[in-house]
Amino acid sequence: MIKADIKKQLKDGQLLHINKAFVTGSITRVTGPSGAGKTTFLKMLAGLIKPDEGLISVDSNEWFNSAGSINLTPQLRKAGFVFQDYALFPNMTVMQHLKYACGDNDWIDDLLKIGGLDSFTDKKPLHLSGGQQQRLAILRALAIKPNVLLMDEPFSAIDVKTKMKLLADLQTLLRDMNTTVIAVTHNPQELDGIATDELIIGED
Amino acid sequence: MDLLPIWLTLKLAAITTAILLVIGVPLAWWLSAKRSVFKIIIEALITMPLVLPPSVLGFYLLLAFSPQNGLSKWLHNTFDVQLVFSFPGLVLASVIYSLPFMVSPVKSALQQLPVSLAQASYTLGKNPRETFLHVQLPNIKPSLLTATVLTFAHTLGEFGVVLMIGGNIPGVTRVASIAVYDAVEQMDYTSANQYSLVLFAITFIMVMGVFIYNKYQFKSPLE
Repeated sequence: MIKADIKKQLKDGQLLHINKAFVTGSITRVTGPSGAGKTTFLKMLAGLIKPDEGLISVDSNEWFNSAGSINLTPQLRKAGFVFQDYALFPNMTVMQHLKYACGDNDWIDDLLKIGGLDSFTDKKPLHLSGGQQQRLAILRALAIKPNVLLMDEPFSAIDVKTKMKLLADLQTLLRDMNTTVIAVTHNPQELDGIATDELIIGED
Repeated sequence: MDLLPIWLTLKLAAITTAILLVIGVPLAWWLSAKRSVFKIIIEALITMPLVLPPSVLGFYLLLAFSPQNGLSKWLHNTFDVQLVFSFPGLVLASVIYSLPFMVSPVKSALQQLPVSLAQASYTLGKNPRETFLHVQLPNIKPSLLTATVLTFAHTLGEFGVVLMIGGNIPGVTRVASIAVYDAVEQMDYTSANQYSLVLFAITFIMVMGVFIYNKYQFKSPLE
Protein backbone atom coordinates (compact mmCIF):
# COMPACT_ATOMS: atom_id res chain seq x y z
CA MET A 1 0.00 0.00 0.00
CA ILE A 2 1.29 3.42 -0.99
CA LYS A 3 0.00 6.33 1.02
CA ALA A 4 0.59 9.90 -0.05
CA ASP A 5 -0.58 12.99 1.79
CA ILE A 6 1.57 15.77 0.38
CA LYS A 7 1.42 19.46 -0.44
CA LYS A 8 3.40 21.43 -2.98
CA GLN A 9 3.18 25.03 -4.11
CA LEU A 10 3.27 24.97 -7.91
CA LYS A 11 5.08 27.55 -10.04
CA ASP A 12 1.86 29.38 -10.88
CA GLY A 13 1.16 29.79 -7.16
CA GLN A 14 -1.62 27.25 -6.80
CA LEU A 15 -1.39 24.65 -4.06
CA LEU A 16 -1.25 20.99 -5.07
CA HIS A 17 -2.61 18.78 -2.31
CA ILE A 18 -2.86 15.04 -2.84
CA ASN A 19 -4.22 12.71 -0.19
CA LYS A 20 -4.62 9.24 -1.60
CA ALA A 21 -3.85 5.59 -0.85
CA PHE A 22 -2.89 3.20 -3.66
CA VAL A 23 -3.57 -0.49 -3.05
CA THR A 24 -0.68 -2.83 -3.84
CA GLY A 25 -1.06 -4.23 -7.35
CA SER A 26 -3.63 -1.63 -8.37
CA ILE A 27 -3.52 0.41 -11.56
CA THR A 28 -4.50 4.03 -10.99
CA ARG A 29 -5.30 6.41 -13.79
CA VAL A 30 -4.39 10.03 -13.00
CA THR A 31 -6.19 12.66 -15.04
CA GLY A 32 -6.71 16.40 -14.84
CA PRO A 33 -6.22 19.61 -16.79
CA SER A 34 -2.81 20.74 -18.07
CA GLY A 35 -0.70 22.42 -15.41
CA ALA A 36 -2.68 20.89 -12.57
CA GLY A 37 0.42 19.14 -11.20
CA LYS A 38 0.04 15.55 -12.49
CA THR A 39 3.70 15.20 -13.50
CA THR A 40 4.83 17.01 -10.34
CA PHE A 41 2.88 14.49 -8.29
CA LEU A 42 4.60 11.54 -10.02
CA LYS A 43 8.03 13.15 -9.57
CA MET A 44 7.34 13.76 -5.88
CA LEU A 45 6.55 10.06 -5.48
CA ALA A 46 9.80 9.13 -7.29
CA GLY A 47 11.88 11.51 -5.17
CA LEU A 48 12.76 13.80 -8.07
CA ILE A 49 10.86 16.77 -6.61
CA LYS A 50 10.60 17.45 -2.90
CA PRO A 51 7.11 18.15 -1.52
CA ASP A 52 6.75 21.18 0.73
CA GLU A 53 5.25 19.06 3.45
CA GLY A 54 3.49 15.80 4.10
CA LEU A 55 4.09 12.08 4.15
CA ILE A 56 4.73 9.34 1.57
CA SER A 57 4.89 5.77 2.80
CA VAL A 58 5.14 2.43 1.03
CA ASP A 59 3.92 -0.38 3.27
CA SER A 60 5.80 0.23 6.52
CA ASN A 61 8.62 2.30 4.95
CA GLU A 62 8.54 6.07 4.98
CA TRP A 63 9.87 7.58 1.76
CA PHE A 64 9.12 11.14 2.77
CA ASN A 65 8.13 12.69 6.04
CA SER A 66 8.55 16.42 6.42
CA ALA A 67 7.93 16.22 10.18
CA GLY A 68 10.71 13.65 10.63
CA SER A 69 13.01 15.18 7.97
CA ILE A 70 12.92 11.93 5.98
CA ASN A 71 13.41 12.21 2.23
CA LEU A 72 14.73 9.08 0.49
CA THR A 73 16.70 9.69 -2.70
CA PRO A 74 15.35 8.43 -6.04
CA GLN A 75 18.14 5.84 -5.99
CA LEU A 76 16.81 4.35 -2.77
CA ARG A 77 13.13 4.52 -3.78
CA LYS A 78 13.83 2.83 -7.15
CA ALA A 79 10.36 3.57 -8.49
CA GLY A 80 10.12 2.71 -12.18
CA PHE A 81 9.51 5.95 -14.05
CA VAL A 82 8.38 6.43 -17.64
CA PHE A 83 9.03 10.05 -18.62
CA GLN A 84 6.77 12.02 -20.92
CA ASP A 85 9.76 12.84 -23.17
CA TYR A 86 10.96 9.21 -22.74
CA ALA A 87 14.37 10.43 -21.42
CA LEU A 88 16.15 7.75 -23.44
CA PHE A 89 19.94 7.89 -23.45
CA PRO A 90 21.07 8.89 -26.99
CA ASN A 91 24.44 7.14 -26.58
CA MET A 92 22.96 3.74 -25.69
CA THR A 93 21.39 1.03 -27.81
CA VAL A 94 18.15 -0.71 -26.79
CA MET A 95 20.17 -3.53 -25.19
CA GLN A 96 22.52 -1.11 -23.43
CA HIS A 97 19.54 0.74 -21.94
CA LEU A 98 18.25 -2.44 -20.36
CA LYS A 99 21.70 -3.65 -19.25
CA TYR A 100 22.35 -0.26 -17.66
CA ALA A 101 19.18 -0.77 -15.62
CA CYS A 102 19.68 -4.44 -14.67
CA GLY A 103 22.08 -7.35 -15.08
CA ASP A 104 19.52 -10.15 -15.46
CA ASN A 105 19.81 -11.33 -19.08
CA ASP A 106 16.77 -13.65 -18.94
CA TRP A 107 14.64 -10.81 -17.63
CA ILE A 108 15.96 -8.53 -20.36
CA ASP A 109 15.05 -11.14 -23.01
CA ASP A 110 11.53 -11.39 -21.59
CA LEU A 111 11.13 -7.62 -21.63
CA LEU A 112 12.39 -7.33 -25.22
CA LYS A 113 9.79 -9.90 -26.36
CA ILE A 114 6.97 -8.19 -24.48
CA GLY A 115 7.90 -4.82 -25.94
CA GLY A 116 8.44 -6.23 -29.44
CA LEU A 117 11.95 -4.80 -29.52
CA ASP A 118 13.89 -8.09 -29.71
CA SER A 119 14.95 -7.38 -33.29
CA PHE A 120 16.07 -3.82 -32.50
CA THR A 121 18.55 -4.51 -29.70
CA ASP A 122 21.48 -2.78 -31.43
CA LYS A 123 19.53 0.33 -32.43
CA LYS A 124 19.97 3.66 -30.70
CA PRO A 125 16.91 5.84 -29.89
CA LEU A 126 17.57 8.09 -32.88
CA HIS A 127 16.88 5.12 -35.17
CA LEU A 128 13.67 4.00 -33.44
CA SER A 129 10.15 5.20 -34.24
CA GLY A 130 8.23 7.24 -31.65
CA GLY A 131 6.25 4.18 -30.59
CA GLN A 132 9.38 2.04 -30.27
CA GLN A 133 11.05 4.75 -28.17
CA GLN A 134 8.06 4.86 -25.88
CA ARG A 135 8.06 1.08 -25.50
CA LEU A 136 11.77 1.15 -24.68
CA ALA A 137 11.10 3.77 -21.99
CA ILE A 138 8.48 1.46 -20.46
CA LEU A 139 10.78 -1.60 -20.65
CA ARG A 140 13.67 0.31 -19.07
CA ALA A 141 11.45 1.34 -16.16
CA LEU A 142 10.33 -2.28 -15.72
CA ALA A 143 13.89 -3.62 -15.93
CA ILE A 144 14.57 -2.71 -12.29
CA LYS A 145 11.52 -4.81 -11.26
CA PRO A 146 9.97 -1.88 -9.41
CA ASN A 147 7.34 -2.20 -6.70
CA VAL A 148 5.87 1.03 -8.03
CA LEU A 149 5.65 1.98 -11.69
CA LEU A 150 5.04 5.66 -12.39
CA MET A 151 4.12 6.49 -15.98
CA ASP A 152 3.70 9.96 -17.49
CA GLU A 153 1.60 9.73 -20.67
CA PRO A 154 3.02 6.26 -21.41
CA PHE A 155 0.99 5.37 -24.49
CA SER A 156 0.60 8.68 -26.32
CA ALA A 157 2.88 7.77 -29.26
CA ILE A 158 1.82 4.13 -29.66
CA ASP A 159 -0.78 3.17 -32.27
CA VAL A 160 -4.00 1.56 -31.06
CA LYS A 161 -3.19 -1.99 -32.25
CA THR A 162 0.29 -2.04 -30.68
CA LYS A 163 -1.07 -0.41 -27.55
CA MET A 164 -3.73 -3.09 -27.06
CA LYS A 165 -1.19 -5.90 -27.40
CA LEU A 166 1.36 -4.16 -25.18
CA LEU A 167 -1.27 -3.40 -22.54
CA ALA A 168 -2.44 -7.02 -22.48
CA ASP A 169 1.13 -8.28 -22.03
CA LEU A 170 1.95 -5.59 -19.50
CA GLN A 171 -1.17 -6.35 -17.50
CA THR A 172 -0.13 -9.99 -17.09
CA LEU A 173 3.43 -9.02 -16.25
CA LEU A 174 2.43 -6.35 -13.73
CA ARG A 175 -0.01 -8.75 -12.07
CA ASP A 176 2.76 -11.36 -11.75
CA MET A 177 5.13 -8.75 -10.31
CA ASN A 178 2.41 -7.36 -8.04
CA THR A 179 3.49 -3.89 -9.14
CA THR A 180 1.44 -0.85 -8.22
CA VAL A 181 0.95 1.36 -11.27
CA ILE A 182 0.17 5.07 -11.28
CA ALA A 183 -0.26 6.39 -14.81
CA VAL A 184 -0.88 9.98 -15.84
CA THR A 185 -2.92 10.39 -18.99
CA HIS A 186 -4.57 13.31 -20.74
CA ASN A 187 -7.16 10.97 -22.24
CA PRO A 188 -9.83 10.08 -19.63
CA GLN A 189 -10.76 6.96 -21.64
CA GLU A 190 -7.23 5.57 -21.76
CA LEU A 191 -6.73 2.47 -19.63
CA ASP A 192 -10.50 1.84 -19.60
CA GLY A 193 -11.05 -1.73 -18.45
CA ILE A 194 -7.51 -1.91 -17.09
CA ALA A 195 -7.37 0.84 -14.47
CA THR A 196 -8.69 -0.26 -11.10
CA ASP A 197 -8.64 3.16 -9.49
CA GLU A 198 -8.68 6.80 -10.50
CA LEU A 199 -7.24 10.07 -9.24
CA ILE A 200 -8.38 13.37 -10.66
CA ILE A 201 -6.03 16.28 -9.98
CA GLY A 202 -7.04 19.91 -10.28
CA GLU A 203 -10.81 19.56 -10.07
CA ASP A 204 -12.46 20.68 -6.86
CA MET B 1 65.01 27.04 -37.36
CA ASP B 2 65.50 25.94 -33.75
CA LEU B 3 62.76 23.36 -33.10
CA LEU B 4 63.10 23.47 -29.32
CA PRO B 5 60.50 26.29 -28.84
CA ILE B 6 58.00 24.33 -30.96
CA TRP B 7 58.60 21.16 -28.93
CA LEU B 8 58.32 23.12 -25.66
CA THR B 9 55.07 24.72 -26.84
CA LEU B 10 53.52 21.36 -27.77
CA LYS B 11 54.66 19.86 -24.44
CA LEU B 12 53.18 22.79 -22.49
CA ALA B 13 49.88 22.61 -24.41
CA ALA B 14 49.60 18.81 -24.00
CA ILE B 15 50.30 18.86 -20.24
CA THR B 16 47.98 21.84 -19.68
CA THR B 17 45.16 20.17 -21.65
CA ALA B 18 45.60 16.87 -19.80
CA ILE B 19 45.48 18.61 -16.40
CA LEU B 20 42.44 20.64 -17.44
CA LEU B 21 40.61 17.51 -18.63
CA VAL B 22 41.09 16.03 -15.18
CA ILE B 23 40.08 19.10 -13.16
CA GLY B 24 38.05 21.18 -15.64
CA VAL B 25 35.43 18.57 -16.58
CA PRO B 26 34.38 17.73 -12.99
CA LEU B 27 34.42 21.46 -12.23
CA ALA B 28 32.11 22.11 -15.20
CA TRP B 29 29.80 19.34 -13.97
CA TRP B 30 29.68 20.88 -10.49
CA LEU B 31 28.97 24.32 -11.95
CA SER B 32 26.25 22.97 -14.27
CA ALA B 33 24.15 21.75 -11.35
CA LYS B 34 21.96 23.99 -9.16
CA ARG B 35 23.00 27.65 -9.02
CA SER B 36 24.17 29.35 -5.86
CA VAL B 37 25.88 32.65 -5.08
CA PHE B 38 29.08 30.78 -4.24
CA LYS B 39 29.04 29.05 -7.65
CA ILE B 40 28.44 32.35 -9.43
CA ILE B 41 31.52 33.81 -7.69
CA ILE B 42 33.64 30.78 -8.64
CA GLU B 43 32.39 30.92 -12.23
CA ALA B 44 33.20 34.63 -12.45
CA LEU B 45 36.72 33.95 -11.18
CA ILE B 46 37.19 31.15 -13.73
CA THR B 47 36.00 33.48 -16.51
CA MET B 48 38.36 36.33 -15.55
CA PRO B 49 41.25 35.18 -17.82
CA LEU B 50 38.91 35.66 -20.81
CA VAL B 51 38.44 39.37 -20.11
CA LEU B 52 41.53 40.42 -18.16
CA PRO B 53 44.56 41.71 -20.07
CA PRO B 54 47.14 38.86 -20.00
CA SER B 55 49.68 41.27 -18.52
CA VAL B 56 47.41 41.92 -15.52
CA LEU B 57 46.89 38.22 -14.92
CA GLY B 58 50.60 37.61 -15.47
CA PHE B 59 51.47 40.32 -12.95
CA TYR B 60 49.29 38.81 -10.23
CA LEU B 61 50.55 35.30 -10.99
CA LEU B 62 54.10 36.63 -10.82
CA LEU B 63 53.39 37.97 -7.32
CA ALA B 64 51.64 34.75 -6.30
CA PHE B 65 54.46 32.57 -7.64
CA SER B 66 57.15 34.61 -5.92
CA PRO B 67 59.31 32.39 -3.65
CA GLN B 68 58.70 34.92 -0.84
CA ASN B 69 54.95 34.19 -0.76
CA GLY B 70 52.72 31.41 0.67
CA LEU B 71 52.49 28.24 -1.41
CA SER B 72 55.46 29.16 -3.61
CA LYS B 73 57.59 29.70 -0.52
CA TRP B 74 56.53 26.31 0.88
CA LEU B 75 57.16 24.59 -2.48
CA HIS B 76 60.54 26.25 -2.72
CA ASN B 77 61.58 25.39 0.84
CA THR B 78 60.16 21.85 0.86
CA PHE B 79 60.70 20.51 -2.66
CA ASP B 80 63.07 23.10 -4.06
CA VAL B 81 60.47 23.82 -6.74
CA GLN B 82 60.56 27.29 -8.24
CA LEU B 83 57.47 28.52 -10.08
CA VAL B 84 58.76 31.79 -11.52
CA PHE B 85 60.90 31.44 -14.65
CA SER B 86 60.43 27.66 -14.72
CA PHE B 87 58.46 25.15 -16.80
CA PRO B 88 56.27 23.97 -13.85
CA GLY B 89 55.35 27.63 -13.28
CA LEU B 90 54.42 27.97 -16.95
CA VAL B 91 52.18 24.88 -16.68
CA LEU B 92 50.41 26.22 -13.58
CA ALA B 93 49.92 29.64 -15.18
CA SER B 94 48.61 28.01 -18.39
CA VAL B 95 46.15 25.88 -16.42
CA ILE B 96 44.76 29.02 -14.76
CA TYR B 97 44.79 31.01 -17.99
CA SER B 98 43.11 28.30 -20.10
CA LEU B 99 40.62 27.12 -17.47
CA PRO B 100 37.60 28.94 -19.00
CA PHE B 101 38.28 27.38 -22.41
CA MET B 102 37.76 23.91 -20.92
CA VAL B 103 35.07 24.69 -18.37
CA SER B 104 32.68 26.94 -20.33
CA PRO B 105 31.89 24.67 -23.35
CA VAL B 106 31.56 21.57 -21.15
CA LYS B 107 29.34 23.37 -18.63
CA SER B 108 27.08 24.76 -21.39
CA ALA B 109 26.76 21.33 -23.00
CA LEU B 110 25.84 19.71 -19.69
CA GLN B 111 23.21 22.39 -19.04
CA GLN B 112 21.70 21.83 -22.47
CA LEU B 113 21.12 18.13 -21.83
CA PRO B 114 17.50 17.46 -20.84
CA VAL B 115 17.25 17.20 -17.02
CA SER B 116 15.15 14.07 -17.47
CA LEU B 117 18.21 12.11 -18.69
CA ALA B 118 19.92 12.36 -15.31
CA GLN B 119 16.59 11.90 -13.52
CA ALA B 120 15.93 8.68 -15.47
CA SER B 121 19.33 7.39 -14.45
CA TYR B 122 18.66 8.22 -10.80
CA THR B 123 15.38 6.29 -10.85
CA LEU B 124 17.34 3.28 -12.13
CA GLY B 125 19.36 3.42 -8.91
CA LYS B 126 22.46 5.08 -10.36
CA ASN B 127 24.32 7.68 -8.31
CA PRO B 128 25.38 11.09 -9.71
CA ARG B 129 28.91 9.82 -10.51
CA GLU B 130 27.65 6.82 -12.51
CA THR B 131 25.12 9.07 -14.21
CA PHE B 132 27.83 11.55 -15.17
CA LEU B 133 30.18 8.90 -16.56
CA HIS B 134 27.65 6.72 -18.39
CA VAL B 135 24.89 9.12 -19.41
CA GLN B 136 25.95 12.78 -19.36
CA LEU B 137 29.58 12.65 -20.47
CA PRO B 138 29.05 10.37 -23.51
CA ASN B 139 26.29 12.69 -24.74
CA ILE B 140 28.45 15.82 -24.77
CA LYS B 141 31.34 14.30 -26.76
CA PRO B 142 31.32 17.02 -29.46
CA SER B 143 31.56 19.78 -26.85
CA LEU B 144 34.21 17.89 -24.92
CA LEU B 145 36.29 17.56 -28.08
CA THR B 146 35.79 21.24 -28.89
CA ALA B 147 36.83 22.24 -25.36
CA THR B 148 39.93 20.03 -25.54
CA VAL B 149 41.06 21.46 -28.86
CA LEU B 150 40.29 25.06 -27.82
CA THR B 151 42.32 24.60 -24.65
CA PHE B 152 45.24 23.08 -26.56
CA ALA B 153 45.16 25.73 -29.28
CA HIS B 154 44.81 28.57 -26.79
CA THR B 155 47.81 27.35 -24.83
CA LEU B 156 49.82 27.17 -28.07
CA GLY B 157 49.19 30.86 -28.68
CA GLU B 158 49.69 32.10 -25.13
CA PHE B 159 52.06 35.07 -24.95
CA GLY B 160 51.50 37.71 -22.26
CA VAL B 161 51.21 35.44 -19.24
CA VAL B 162 54.05 33.21 -20.51
CA LEU B 163 56.33 36.23 -20.91
CA MET B 164 55.54 37.55 -17.42
CA ILE B 165 55.91 34.21 -15.63
CA GLY B 166 58.49 32.40 -17.73
CA GLY B 167 60.55 35.07 -19.41
CA ASN B 168 62.65 33.87 -22.32
CA ILE B 169 64.91 31.05 -21.16
CA PRO B 170 65.90 28.79 -24.10
CA GLY B 171 64.84 25.17 -23.54
CA VAL B 172 62.96 26.04 -20.35
CA THR B 173 60.38 28.76 -20.96
CA ARG B 174 61.08 29.98 -24.48
CA VAL B 175 57.93 28.75 -26.23
CA ALA B 176 57.11 29.44 -29.88
CA SER B 177 55.10 32.64 -29.28
CA ILE B 178 58.04 34.08 -27.32
CA ALA B 179 60.42 32.91 -30.05
CA VAL B 180 58.38 34.86 -32.64
CA TYR B 181 58.52 38.01 -30.51
CA ASP B 182 62.24 37.54 -29.86
CA ALA B 183 62.99 37.01 -33.57
CA VAL B 184 61.06 40.16 -34.55
CA GLU B 185 62.95 42.13 -31.89
CA GLN B 186 66.20 40.99 -33.51
CA MET B 187 64.84 41.78 -37.00
CA ASP B 188 65.11 38.07 -37.87
CA TYR B 189 61.91 37.98 -39.92
CA THR B 190 62.75 34.64 -41.52
CA SER B 191 62.73 32.81 -38.16
CA ALA B 192 59.66 34.79 -37.01
CA ASN B 193 57.87 33.75 -40.18
CA GLN B 194 58.84 30.10 -39.75
CA TYR B 195 57.63 29.90 -36.14
CA SER B 196 54.45 31.78 -37.03
CA LEU B 197 53.72 29.49 -39.96
CA VAL B 198 54.18 26.36 -37.85
CA LEU B 199 51.84 27.73 -35.14
CA PHE B 200 49.30 28.79 -37.76
CA ALA B 201 49.40 25.40 -39.48
CA ILE B 202 49.02 23.39 -36.27
CA THR B 203 46.09 25.43 -34.95
CA PHE B 204 44.36 25.61 -38.34
CA ILE B 205 44.57 21.84 -38.84
CA MET B 206 43.26 21.22 -35.32
CA VAL B 207 40.32 23.60 -35.66
CA MET B 208 39.48 22.19 -39.11
CA GLY B 209 39.67 18.68 -37.67
CA VAL B 210 37.16 19.54 -34.96
CA PHE B 211 34.73 21.07 -37.44
CA ILE B 212 34.90 18.02 -39.68
CA TYR B 213 34.73 15.55 -36.78
CA ASN B 214 31.74 17.22 -35.14
CA LYS B 215 29.84 17.60 -38.37
CA TYR B 216 30.28 14.14 -39.81
CA GLN B 217 31.19 11.83 -36.97
CA PHE B 218 29.90 13.00 -33.67
CA LYS B 219 26.93 15.18 -34.35
CA SER B 220 25.08 15.26 -31.07
CA PRO B 221 22.25 12.72 -31.08
CA LEU B 222 20.20 15.30 -29.24
CA GLU B 223 20.35 17.79 -32.08
